Amino acid sequence: MSEKNLYDVIIVGGGIVGTSAALKLRSFGLTVCLLERGVCGSRSSGINYGGVRRQGRSLAQMPLTQRAHSIWGRLKEMIGIDGEYVRSGHLKLARSQADMESLTRYKERTAEIDLGLELLSSAQLRARFPWLGERAIGGSLCPEDGHANPRLISPAFARAALRAGTQIFENCSAQSFLHNGQHFEVKVDIQAEPLKSVFLLNCAGAWSNNVCETFGEKVPMTNSHPLMVVTDALPAFMNLSLGVEGGGVYVRQVSRGNCVLGGSQGYQLDANRARPGGDGIELVLKGAVELLPNLRHAQVVRTWSGVEGRLPDREPVISFSSTTPGLLHGFGFAGAGFQIGPAVGEVLAEMVAHGKTSIPIEAFSIKRF
Amino acid sequence: MNDIPVIIGAGPAGIRAAQTLVEFGVRPIILDEGMRWGGQIYRQQPTNFGRTSRQLYGFDSSKADALSKVFMGLMNQVDYRPQSLVWNVEQNRLDVIHQGQSTMLPWQSLIVATGATDRVLPFPGWTLPGVFTMGATQIALKYQACAIGAQVILAGTGPLLYLVAYQYVKAGATVLAVLDTAHFSSQIKALPGLLNQPIQLARGMYYVGWLMSRGIKIRRGIRIVRAEGKNTIEALVIKNERGVVETLPCDALGVGYALRPETQIADGLGCEFKFDPMQRAHVPVKDIAGRSSLDGVYLAGDGAGIMGADAAELSGELSALALVLDRAVHPGDAEPLRRRAKYLERRIQNITRFRAGLETAFPCPDNWIEQLTDETIICRCEEITFGHIRDAITTCDIREVNRLKALSRAGMGRCQGRMCSQASAEILAHLTKQPLLNVGRLRGQPPIKPVPAHILAEASTPKTEAAK
Repeated sequence: MSEKNLYDVIIVGGGIVGTSAALKLRSFGLTVCLLERGVCGSRSSGINYGGVRRQGRSLAQMPLTQRAHSIWGRLKEMIGIDGEYVRSGHLKLARSQADMESLTRYKERTAEIDLGLELLSSAQLRARFPWLGERAIGGSLCPEDGHANPRLISPAFARAALRAGTQIFENCSAQSFLHNGQHFEVKVDIQAEPLKSVFLLNCAGAWSNNVCETFGEKVPMTNSHPLMVVTDALPAFMNLSLGVEGGGVYVRQVSRGNCVLGGSQGYQLDANRARPGGDGIELVLKGAVELLPNLRHAQVVRTWSGVEGRLPDREPVISFSSTTPGLLHGFGFAGAGFQIGPAVGEVLAEMVAHGKTSIPIEAFSIKRF
Repeated sequence: MNDIPVIIGAGPAGIRAAQTLVEFGVRPIILDEGMRWGGQIYRQQPTNFGRTSRQLYGFDSSKADALSKVFMGLMNQVDYRPQSLVWNVEQNRLDVIHQGQSTMLPWQSLIVATGATDRVLPFPGWTLPGVFTMGATQIALKYQACAIGAQVILAGTGPLLYLVAYQYVKAGATVLAVLDTAHFSSQIKALPGLLNQPIQLARGMYYVGWLMSRGIKIRRGIRIVRAEGKNTIEALVIKNERGVVETLPCDALGVGYALRPETQIADGLGCEFKFDPMQRAHVPVKDIAGRSSLDGVYLAGDGAGIMGADAAELSGELSALALVLDRAVHPGDAEPLRRRAKYLERRIQNITRFRAGLETAFPCPDNWIEQLTDETIICRCEEITFGHIRDAITTCDIREVNRLKALSRAGMGRCQGRMCSQASAEILAHLTKQPLLNVGRLRGQPPIKPVPAHILAEASTPKTEAAK
């Protein structure tokens, strides 16, 4: 067995979590090999809505999301591009009194965390955002949240990891995994000899159960297929990212003027791909036009969907393996992994290098199932 | 037969398919984007225009008349829905916008006859007002009785170049020059293939002779360098047959490098595609009768690969016969149908050989990329330049077209790459020194063409349960 096939860490999956873990691991001086079945950042990490928000996350995610917030603040120095990231504010709208009460409770529950939430009445909303439709009766603004372009940012994390000395194999499918008592061995389709490592990071998104199953800890993960719609460029009327309490509609306008809308589901095309359907597209438009009458006369120019892993409690798995020393997991972000992804990567890297992390992650243990 | 076959497109292929189905007692639904039938090739003038068919379609007027007569005769036996945009396709379902409403149409048998658009190869200045594709140059005349300018140059390559020049001059327009990027020697080399359709060949030669007899300059082996002008095109700069740069003043330019098939519907349905080296593009796989890789989906006409209007009529009939045979619509002896199908197949094969001859005579130029400057726009919708695309390819080590779209935004706009994807793919292959086949093809997504948000917002959703 040649030495060149032995690494400190093998990472399975070139999404935003795997690539940011690689970047951090390299800064600790560890040798890293990253395997990506397609090209890095082309799955959920690259084709999500692009929301970079803390507001609305569970209390368990607060330390992680705050850490991510500071990473996003240093994005350009880390990955070399700004990726259209703006701290424009994230406005979560209430469409009923019950929604408004829920937003109020959220602000109270997160009072100790520095989110800077501002509750807005119907009159305040109309005064500040006159383009809002009748449907919104109040809202909660998180001024430092924002949005970014995932299809630029996630591949840029991979390029940064590559520049930092990560061995990246793209278009490389992992065929099998095992631990031989000494090392992990990963068989790949691009070479005969297996790759070996001391640590194995499972960051394979919706496909992470392949690794979990091999090591006897399959999780109850299902797929979801968030569906996005893009309009042609409209005159700039907002730079906020909009959501609604309870979910179901989200909208942002990019600097080019296009609006990106989401809120329904596509359908699974095959094991690896999803596609938007007619009904799903129409549902997104219904929700979005109701909130933003401005969109009525926009043209819909494109749509897409993707495959996203979701666990029953909608919380991710960020965890040491419960069966196999040296194996770590980071997956299952249920459509909300883009903002926290870089922090999860760092946390996983710390867990490899130091055996622990300063961020509380008990809620994300794989043992909870 | 319980299901009602749906035909998409009312050009020559769609009309012949409809006629054939009606002969077997089937009443198909025909969806067409156009206001009136005929497709692009036999596009009809506005109803209050009075040009004769001969003026409109020239030598093809008898074909145009025959086809139109057939269709008018079918009117009571088909469910014809003009001005209907199919914006989404799924297994057993089409979403169609008609008169400002989106409705869902279930299908079990589908004949896709979606035709072609221009193959666009950009050059510096091609986005200036006054520069038209060859298809648009012809449509301006055929539909609106307009020339694209007062001092017109026609350039590019392909038989359409000479046909349009002939039609323009005949209609009284001033054509300053006809500039063919192909060499005369290529046209000589192609003669054996072209002899498979002697009438078409004779006609092509007639156009050339006719133009020359009227003093129209025809030049071959040229290369387009750029279009120049401040607010509109003022001159075309070329490298002539001897490699010398010339500036040719004009106020309009029609430029075309043959056609590309409109394959988004076949793609959306999930039909298998393969790379066709002759068309330099991925086209849906089909057998000679038009059966796609999917049960119940038939492909006819130029939408399945460019073969021209005559082949479109034949393949329209043939695909409908295949549907009739496959679905056992015809209760009687199938043998006459098979004989008819064999006859149509032979005629299509002859045209295939002629078509290969055309490719030899008018090859797609392989040196157009060398003329691009950093500022040349490749993707018009998103205003993505050659320089931006090249930098993205280099910086991000891009090898594949979907990745190029994601990282450069070329092909992300209103046309979803229908106009620029051929050029982007060629550029990517050229810069990464890969065969065109290897750079792949763009994954299509709905909408097939842009649709107004309010129409979708007002659609009565969900509505598919019955169909699925």
